[in-house]
Amino acid sequence: MAKLNIDNITYEVTEGKNLLETCLSLKLDLPYFCWHPAMGSVGACRQCAVKIFKDENDTHGKLVMSCMESVKDGLRISISNNGAKVFREEVIEWLMTNHPHDCPVCDEGGSCHLQDMTVMTGHDYRRYRFKKRTYRNQYLGPFIHHEMNRCIQCYRCVRYYRDYAGGDDLNVFGAHNHVYFGRAEDGVLQSAFSGNLVEVCPTGVFTDKTLKQHYTRKWDLTSAPSVCMNCSLGCNIMGGERYGELRLITNRYHPEVNGYFICDRGRFGYEYVNHENRVYQPLIRNRVSEAVSITELTEHVKKLLTSSGKIIGIGSSRASVESNYALQKITGKENFFKGFTDTETNLLDYLLQLMHSGKFDLPSQKQIEQSDAIIIIGEDLTNSAPMLALAVRQALFKTAVQKDVRSTIPVWHDSAVRNLVQEDKGYLCVLNTYREELSELADEKYYASPKAITEMVKKIIALLKGETIQTNDTQNREETLANNIVQQLRNAKNPVVITGTSCYSLSLIRAAADLAATLKNEKQKGGISFVVPECNSIGLAMMQASSVQSLIDDAQPVSDNATLVVLENDLYRRFAHQKLETFFKKFKEIIVLDSLHNQTTQQATVLIPAATFAEANGTVINHEGRAQAFYKILVNRPPQIRASWHWLGDLISVKTIELEKQMKSHLSVLYQLVSDLPQFSGVEKLVANALSEVNGHLHIPMEPHRYSGRTAILANITVHEPKPVRDEESIFSTTMEGERQLPPSPLTPFYWWPGWNSEQALNHYQREVGGLLQSETGDIKLLNGKFVQSNIEPVAVTKQEQQEDADGLWLYPRYHLFGSDEFSVYTGGIAELSPKAYVCVNTNEAAKQNWKDKETIELNISERKFQFEVKIEDDVADGIAFVPYGIKETYGIEYPVRLK
Amino acid sequence: MERPLTQNIDLERGPLSLKDYEKVGGYASMHKALKQMTPQQITKLVTDSNLKGRGGAGFNTGLKWSFVPMGDNVPQPKYLIVNADEMEPGTFKDRLLLEGDPHQMIEGMIVASYAIQASVSYIFLRWAYKEAADILRKAIAECYEAGYLGKNILNTGFNLDMILHTGVGRYICGEETALINALEGKRAIPRAKPPFPQVSGLYGKPTIVNNVETLCNVPHIINKGADWFKSLSKGEDGGTKIYGVSGRVKNPGAWELPMGTTLREILEGYAGGMQEGYQFKGLLPGGASTDFLTPDHLDVKMDFKTVATVGSRLGTGTMVVLDDRTCPVGFVHNLQTFFARESCGWCTPCREGLPWVEKILLSMERGEGRKEDIDLLEKHCEWLGPGNTFCALAPGAVEPLQSALKYFKEDFEEHITQHKCPWHNGWQS
Repeated sequence: MAKLNIDNITYEVTEGKNLLETCLSLKLDLPYFCWHPAMGSVGACRQCAVKIFKDENDTHGKLVMSCMESVKDGLRISISNNGAKVFREEVIEWLMTNHPHDCPVCDEGGSCHLQDMTVMTGHDYRRYRFKKRTYRNQYLGPFIHHEMNRCIQCYRCVRYYRDYAGGDDLNVFGAHNHVYFGRAEDGVLQSAFSGNLVEVCPTGVFTDKTLKQHYTRKWDLTSAPSVCMNCSLGCNIMGGERYGELRLITNRYHPEVNGYFICDRGRFGYEYVNHENRVYQPLIRNRVSEAVSITELTEHVKKLLTSSGKIIGIGSSRASVESNYALQKITGKENFFKGFTDTETNLLDYLLQLMHSGKFDLPSQKQIEQSDAIIIIGEDLTNSAPMLALAVRQALFKTAVQKDVRSTIPVWHDSAVRNLVQEDKGYLCVLNTYREELSELADEKYYASPKAITEMVKKIIALLKGETIQTNDTQNREETLANNIVQQLRNAKNPVVITGTSCYSLSLIRAAADLAATLKNEKQKGGISFVVPECNSIGLAMMQASSVQSLIDDAQPVSDNATLVVLENDLYRRFAHQKLETFFKKFKEIIVLDSLHNQTTQQATVLIPAATFAEANGTVINHEGRAQAFYKILVNRPPQIRASWHWLGDLISVKTIELEKQMKSHLSVLYQLVSDLPQFSGVEKLVANALSEVNGHLHIPMEPHRYSGRTAILANITVHEPKPVRDEESIFSTTMEGERQLPPSPLTPFYWWPGWNSEQALNHYQREVGGLLQSETGDIKLLNGKFVQSNIEPVAVTKQEQQEDADGLWLYPRYHLFGSDEFSVYTGGIAELSPKAYVCVNTNEAAKQNWKDKETIELNISERKFQFEVKIEDDVADGIAFVPYGIKETYGIEYPVRLK
Repeated sequence: MERPLTQNIDLERGPLSLKDYEKVGGYASMHKALKQMTPQQITKLVTDSNLKGRGGAGFNTGLKWSFVPMGDNVPQPKYLIVNADEMEPGTFKDRLLLEGDPHQMIEGMIVASYAIQASVSYIFLRWAYKEAADILRKAIAECYEAGYLGKNILNTGFNLDMILHTGVGRYICGEETALINALEGKRAIPRAKPPFPQVSGLYGKPTIVNNVETLCNVPHIINKGADWFKSLSKGEDGGTKIYGVSGRVKNPGAWELPMGTTLREILEGYAGGMQEGYQFKGLLPGGASTDFLTPDHLDVKMDFKTVATVGSRLGTGTMVVLDDRTCPVGFVHNLQTFFARESCGWCTPCREGLPWVEKILLSMERGEGRKEDIDLLEKHCEWLGPGNTFCALAPGAVEPLQSALKYFKEDFEEHITQHKCPWHNGWQS
């Protein structure tokens, strides 16, 4: 600890930390631009000037940039010193010589760091009377709007885009007062993390194009904390709505999960919530008037369920834990099925066992950033779990920093650190079926079939254990590779294995897990991170149910009177279409709950509109077994748009009236859930704690007090301001009224602090910059390896492994950041960037199949014809053909498929 | 008077070849240093000689070398870089040395590299010095052929490579850390110090950047010792100095003179005084980024310390003379145009402040100046001071302005009150 004197007040602070960061951690107002909590200092903007004094007798002091100073014991500084204040004010005046002052027409206006800092310095009158410089703006793709005239040259964008996120198509051009931040030519930004530019840019140069399409001032948004549903990582987000439309997603800081950033799919892939393809109306099909009221629907379904001999339910990995549970409650455990294929079910069940085994650590994104050796096995992270790829990039850099930086250079000194580190980086090994983005950074890479990768991993394990391997000449390359990898892993202090379900291979996952276990055994430290397909894949896997596959495959009729209930799951994505047609024919009544129309909803005899994440409270469990709660953003929705668990809870009286009461509120559903399914024990606390936090207190306002137009918003309907909607079981108030204190951290709907209107107000929500939040994050890791869930049945590993062993050309899916996810493609820009139907093979396989590059071929899969354009790529393993996962043209392929 | 730096220079004859250079005693210091001296002895000798960096900052050269980590367990390779990016307006002394006697500098580089145990050396040459580039290429090739560069030089086990790098013409590359960035292929922006290049320089390795003239002194110090070197000078700093004069003097040029020669001697003696019809109004003593000196300062000794006592800097020691028939506002405006354009664009005060200053001066020249402009200019001189900006470019840039405002303030005021430039009778672009 060090004593730091700021304006004659002494603070106890950490020695060696950055001075600006320390001042901000003390919640002092000190303006800055080029410094960023995730990126450190470079000293460019000169905005954070303070005076440093030698001792108490020194009255003159020396002007320094606080971002370029370390805290030392006994340091005396002044923020309020007039010389420092005048200089900070002048920096703004300089920036304003070229800034266009177009705040009224700028999307950033009102949540702009530049505005905040301008006010903070006290600068008002501008003396510059000459021409401003102007620029031509660029087209940067469907997500980011570019307005270069507003640029204040803080260099944050290029530092974030290039240095932090590893992109190379955004750069700084020109010199003196004519530097330009953009691309060499117009075009779509290539980084999967480009959206963060919107938050990194302190003014309106880079703004969110999706927001622009339905623009509203950010102070006019009604917001709530949520969790991203677009992959399995569960990054924390905040969503904002106006006029019943979801308009903006921004990052919500979580110290262990996503930190300061989210990926582009997460930020921009929300438009489905507002899409015209939404299921808005309860429908009872095959009658004159299909659209019905809630009461009619409930009565109809209740009757239907009571008269059914059997109710079969299919759960979903994109529905919340609560919704899956509510369905299981209706069907009974024996008739609830996971909406996965057998392969997926086996993989996920096996993963659960592994995660419970306690044989290795299950690192969070933040912990992966601390790893000094990473081995990625069969995952293309940039496309399947983007933020993990970003975490890997940080790990590689941080390891080099640890290794190279001598004590004289503080780690916050970003430019000096990078000059020293140069191209050096931590160890990365990529074993995958094809070359992908992270391969570029890999010290060792190996492109082979899942089977060959598995063999390689086994070799590595054997070598780690000190076993010698039989060598023959043909294996020489593999031997050398395995030896190199082992050497690196031996030297590592904190190795992490990252694998997942993308290769659909049990043996691969098993080998990867063995590797992590071996490492943990040898070093006491060794983690593994599993990437899974969807936001609640783990949650559904934890339900202990069978896969629906055998039911779909089974040609036998079900009992006459069975009713099928499909929960938020387009079965046509996963299962062969011919089989599904037969399957659906077996049921007289098919009840489908979903939020968007799809092929499955077309089969429904009763269609129930389900809320999206933005209209529901619920819980999802991410890839590391972390349960996180999300809350309604759009509260004021038509009453028929409800969470599936809410609908199902209402219908549950078909069982008993008692139950209906028990399933009335979100919290009561959770209490029921944990009493019925103890493996979820703890998830109820997320909501219970949140409720108790606000019990007896005012609710947390979802609108900042700057919110405007509430008396006018419905003026076209009535001039009387309607009573605000009050959700009785909600912790939030839908208006600006309510508790004015900082909300408990997991319940933060937006960032705002007096004088801090941009997302940079986040600082006030943290205990210290870049550290923990003011209160607990409120989530819980269910699969922490600390207890063994005995009643999870061992999966039939061997049968599937034998299948995997078969030779021939195998069809695997390839994941795409844009396109592979079911809902995010409803965002126009994401659809635009999604791949067309292709089949990708290497030159060898193309020759064997007699396929030519770019020609259209037809493949017969499960008695259905698929058309693909041939794409020939080097560095694709032999024996493998890829098609893009999740696009309409590849729906219904049950991966992996052995091609004839 | 001894003139070690220019003794072999005959511009009509051209530079000496390696063979001819050796005939007049060239490369003796290399033999002595590599065979008879330890790196530490060389560094100590150069420190003792009180050789100060001739690029303008005037830091003790040997002391700078002594900050380089030595021994076996230090980062490798280490680098020596010659800053030959001579772009200071009014400065042409290094050009004389580069074109006149390339082997003298190369010899100095070999010795300096040995002193810091660098195995790679670069010459960062100004883009426009095309003739010097040809001369250097030839000289380097001669040295490789003679075994003075490459592996195992003079069988001492010492290795040194030398690479000529020609810049693309940015003033900021004269700043040693911006030069290093440029050499790495990055944007030519300065780096924050600390860390200093001696510890983390080119590619993050220990690096020394020295000026051409500085290194040219090294062979002579090795050959003749520190005391001899100090005795060359009339002041505290050791050695001779190449002084230059440009402007409306009778005999503009560059001369090697004892360090500490007075302004009057240089201006009236060597440069022959003002041309007929011109009065001496003031001068920038060491390139464009130094404060004006006036007729009151003619007896000032031109060494680092003495020039500093009268509020300016020795800088590069090459002066630009302002006469009475040239508008001082226009003179300063011309300089500010240069500096504003050459700002790298990294830090706010320099990037935005200098263009503003330039535009104010231009408006004065056009007769559009306002009363409050003088205050704004004075404030900029203060705000763009050392420590406020990222590097020394802007503080240097405002030096001529702040001193012009001090010595020629009435000229500025006249521009405003008369709504025109008194010299041009209406500004024409």
